[in-house]
Amino acid sequence: MAKSALLKSSLAKKYWMAFTGLFLCLFLVGHLAGNLQLLASGEGARDQFNEYALFMTSNPAVRILSIVTFASILFHVIDGIIITINNRKARPKGYVSFKPSTNSKWSSRNMGVLGTIILAFIVIHLINFWGEMKFGEWETRDESNIEAVHVMENGVAVVEMEEQDQTSNLIYTTESGAEVKDLYTITIKTFQDPEWGLIWAIIYLIAMIAIGFHLYHGFGSGFQSLGINHPKYNTFVRRVGVGFAIIVPLLFAIIPFYIYFVLDKI
Amino acid sequence: MRQFELTHHQIFKSSNLQIKDMNLTLKIWRQKDAASKGGIQTYPLGGIEADMSFLEMLDVLNQELIDKGEEPVVFDHDCREGICGTCSLQINGEPHGPDRGITTCQLHMRAFKDGDTITIEPFRAKAFPVIKDLVVDRTSFERIQQAGGYISVNTSGNTQDANSIPIPKDQADAAFYAATCIGCGACVAACKNASAMLFTSAKVSQMALLPQGEVEADRRVLAMVEQMDKEGFGNCTNTGACEIECPKGISLENIARMNREYMRASVK
Repeated sequence: MAKSALLKSSLAKKYWMAFTGLFLCLFLVGHLAGNLQLLASGEGARDQFNEYALFMTSNPAVRILSIVTFASILFHVIDGIIITINNRKARPKGYVSFKPSTNSKWSSRNMGVLGTIILAFIVIHLINFWGEMKFGEWETRDESNIEAVHVMENGVAVVEMEEQDQTSNLIYTTESGAEVKDLYTITIKTFQDPEWGLIWAIIYLIAMIAIGFHLYHGFGSGFQSLGINHPKYNTFVRRVGVGFAIIVPLLFAIIPFYIYFVLDKI
Repeated sequence: MRQFELTHHQIFKSSNLQIKDMNLTLKIWRQKDAASKGGIQTYPLGGIEADMSFLEMLDVLNQELIDKGEEPVVFDHDCREGICGTCSLQINGEPHGPDRGITTCQLHMRAFKDGDTITIEPFRAKAFPVIKDLVVDRTSFERIQQAGGYISVNTSGNTQDANSIPIPKDQADAAFYAATCIGCGACVAACKNASAMLFTSAKVSQMALLPQGEVEADRRVLAMVEQMDKEGFGNCTNTGACEIECPKGISLENIARMNREYMRASVK
């Protein structure tokens, strides 16, 4: 019984939900720390961010961490769907009159809805940047600047550039001479796009509001599900949770608007 | 008693306080039996005093229905003093009505206003099937209790007196508060997932916290949670609705304790 208890029981589903959720909170902190570098301006900012992006895509430890993160998201989503289906089955006939607002918070009752918004955002976000990094065209989007010639040498792509405008190119040559996608430029251009920049910023803002409400309930709820509930620490956990739910999404949400309105146009 | 009621009435009259009988519109779930579909029926009801309990109000309605030769509304009740956990009812969307820390028998009509429409439904959960009208079958709770909510004590004559075992006051208090659960099912009724975790965790806690119950703690929590899942109750989203609606104020701390107990028992 003990073995299936940690996989199949209702409580096990809560443990996994809490464990993956709290791990993803840690991921948010790391991701935010990286993203805040986008607030810097100038050529140094581009170098710094792209070196950081290279580290994040090449370091084996980071690679393992990113796999764990993707697995956590997947597990969190699947577990959430299974729990939601079970919960629906638990009350096949609903109430004519039901007033949950009198005894519980909106966010706590809408974790599934908020999670769905967040999942949709993750897909959009991955297409925007991760997909662009992984599968995007190597050439610059500017037709007049396609002058780069790519040669594969010992599995490492090396580019030979012929008098091309670095700023409008999506290829970045690192200090060590390796060449990577210019994630900095991809990002800045996305949010500075005259037609789409502001729309993207608003889409990201909506997603961050959803994440904020999701965290507002999820952070403290994760501790409760793992059995960490003690009168001595509850207030502290709750306050940290509320602070986390406000500060982290707020800082994330500022970045696209800052790039659109404040940062020098490139 | 009659003497008191007259005096009570006179005091209010002499002090110019208005005693006005309430006229209500009741929307009550009527269902012939478990197999029937059931639906909401509307009953106008007058002459209700603010000092009546909610169940007395239903008694008045039923007397009217009986007088008219109609079938009275079937509802659960027993002690009518808030200790047995028999009375149920989802009143205006909340178990035991709008007041806090009480059962339906302790809810008084002063919680409502003249002209109010009150919707009365049975507790809803797959594990609480409707028997008739407002009565649901809550034996699923008993089966959870039977799965492990007990301690095995040798009663052959050499039993140690419970008071001779020293127990820290905090622990004894926590066990006592968990034991105040009357198993009414309001937690399940209030939960958006129809989860029975507050009930189960209270029953797990009241024993796990005491040395007599600690011995079987692992076996108990595994068996009770397994039974809870089997009964078809939902999962916990930690909305806290159960704690708010619980007539005895059973704390969410109990659910956290059950989560700890279960985790520890599972990995052993």
